[in-house]
Amino acid sequence: MEERQRLNRLRWRCTRRAMLEMDLLLGEFLDRVFPTLAPAQADAFVILADMEDLELWPLVNGSRECTDPVQAEVVALLRNVRVK
Amino acid sequence: MSKLSIPVRKFDAVIVGAGGSGLRAAIQLSEAGLKTAVLSKVFPTRSHTVAAQGGVSASLGNSEEDHWHWHMYDTVKGSDWLGDQDAIEYMCRKAPEVVVELEHFGMPFDRTDEGKIYQRPFGGHMSNFGEKPVRRACAAADRTGHAMLHALYQRNVRANTQFFVEWMALDLIRDQSGQVLGVIALEMETGEVVAFHAKATVFATGGAGRIFYSSTNAFINTGDGLGMAARAGIALEDMEFWQFHPTGVAGAGVLITEGVRGEGGILRNSTNERFMERYAPNAKDLASRDVVSRAMVTEINEGRGCGPNKDFVLLDITHLDPATIMKRLPGIREISIQFAGIDPIKAPIPVVPTCHYQMGGVPTNYKGQVVGDDGTPVRGFYAAGEVACASVHGANRLGTNSLLDLLVFGKASGDTVIENVRSGEIGLKELPADFADRTMARLNRLNTQTGGANVNETRLELQRTMQKHCGVFRFNDMLIEGVAKILDIEKAVARTEIKDKSHVWNTARVEALELDNLIEVAKATMVSAEARKESRGAHVRDDAPDTPANPNGRDDVNWHKHTLWHRDGNRLGFKPVIMKPLSVETIALKTRSY
Repeated sequence: MEERQRLNRLRWRCTRRAMLEMDLLLGEFLDRVFPTLAPAQADAFVILADMEDLELWPLVNGSRECTDPVQAEVVALLRNVRVK
Repeated sequence: MSKLSIPVRKFDAVIVGAGGSGLRAAIQLSEAGLKTAVLSKVFPTRSHTVAAQGGVSASLGNSEEDHWHWHMYDTVKGSDWLGDQDAIEYMCRKAPEVVVELEHFGMPFDRTDEGKIYQRPFGGHMSNFGEKPVRRACAAADRTGHAMLHALYQRNVRANTQFFVEWMALDLIRDQSGQVLGVIALEMETGEVVAFHAKATVFATGGAGRIFYSSTNAFINTGDGLGMAARAGIALEDMEFWQFHPTGVAGAGVLITEGVRGEGGILRNSTNERFMERYAPNAKDLASRDVVSRAMVTEINEGRGCGPNKDFVLLDITHLDPATIMKRLPGIREISIQFAGIDPIKAPIPVVPTCHYQMGGVPTNYKGQVVGDDGTPVRGFYAAGEVACASVHGANRLGTNSLLDLLVFGKASGDTVIENVRSGEIGLKELPADFADRTMARLNRLNTQTGGANVNETRLELQRTMQKHCGVFRFNDMLIEGVAKILDIEKAVARTEIKDKSHVWNTARVEALELDNLIEVAKATMVSAEARKESRGAHVRDDAPDTPANPNGRDDVNWHKHTLWHRDGNRLGFKPVIMKPLSVETIALKTRSY
């Protein structure tokens, strides 16, 4: 699969989720922050994006801590996203 | 053969949508041994059913005396007497059975000390025909929808239901007689277009809340089932009825709970006025949802909205002690920072009334069969959940009845399919020669369009038009203007252009196809709302006020009937409300007051 196709698939999975909050947040992250991530962080984001919303939302709103250090870096970046 | 040949897969039943109603229908079908395909734009447990938190209602009577007849009364009253009483009786009678079944599927309901399903009170649910609140809502903490979806999905895995994940259904297949023979669908991973030829087609595609600029609905809710049904000549019922919440973050739609006003939050307009003092001198900002929503819209429409477009008001908690905000409203502060870019300790939150739930839909009877204008079932076609209009919610849905709806009618549609297949009433009829032509022409138009309209801009224009002209509080001149505007937008939708013409994971194409569905829902909503010259339930018009002759603006003489919007000719038909229940006395019309 080409890079563009992989990115389109990731975009679909970031913006067609169960909860509106996560559609907005992950879509914004993909546009603004994802292109700046280091490869390991990008891989960690793909894993986070594969989580279900009710697993990921507590990590983002800080009610649960992330155990993986690279994922924790990405979650911190996610937490700083401001949806326009 | 079709002149535009596409691959054909054959099933006993194809279900479109893998939220609660689709999964519940699939269990019936697969466990009965029918070869069943479920198509979904996303992995099933990512369906919007997850967002339902409140619970599912059933008169189990685990905590205090309860009865399905009381539940039925509450639902008829909640519907402002627009709900069909046969379907409402069916749903309320079946509620205990489907909830207990769900428990047996592994649903982790909250428990009482005795180990029974715990039940809590919920707005509008009363005992003894409206006497006092009753504990009827069954929940799994605040993640009822999520837990339900997992229980149903796992049961389907056990039953060998075949899932087609990340497929988008494009159109219904109907033959000359009107019988539905399946759907045409697009696989996103390959771009391949395939016919799912089936004895029975069940729509469980959910709602279309994304027609509004401000919506609590996830992006997935683009009304695909409604668009497909409308294009196939099926009328859409009661599309003027949408439930709104007063305070969603402007632009984003994310909900700000009523608790913020409970803690002392104040609504302000562009002149910084606490405008609720004029509309509700006693309750002020704590007035009921509809009163607050109407006041907000009036402020915006009279030019006292905030921001460059003057299209929102402000929810102010800056006067509260920051320590109180941090302690009592930490989640709201997070949401405001992330989705409004505002720290509510320092600045007020921009809010607007926000669309939440669609009461209308594809007309069905209480058996889950899609019906024509005269109530005759459309052979081979079934629907359940938010896409369908049974009609159990009528003009306004009661909390916790949405999850019940999808369980009861998901199961009922499955049972009816089984009955119809076994009796030989429906079979695998031959596909018409031109079955794929219309769909392929639509795709071809999209692939070859040049100099056309931008999909995102057109969608945004549609959403802004719906919000401004057909929101929570409606005005005759705005609605008339709104019909003209939405028909103009339809012209733009007919000439959308995508730059990316590739096949594999072309999400631009999928978004353009979603817009084809949104426009059908938007037209149906605007035209139906313009036509209904009364206020009833969630449809509230400025020119249909509360008078002694028409309490709450409701006009039973002229408008106690369902609307049926037909895409062909953009015209409305009507049908009577079914007032005769299945076994009990009619719940007679009276003024709805709480």
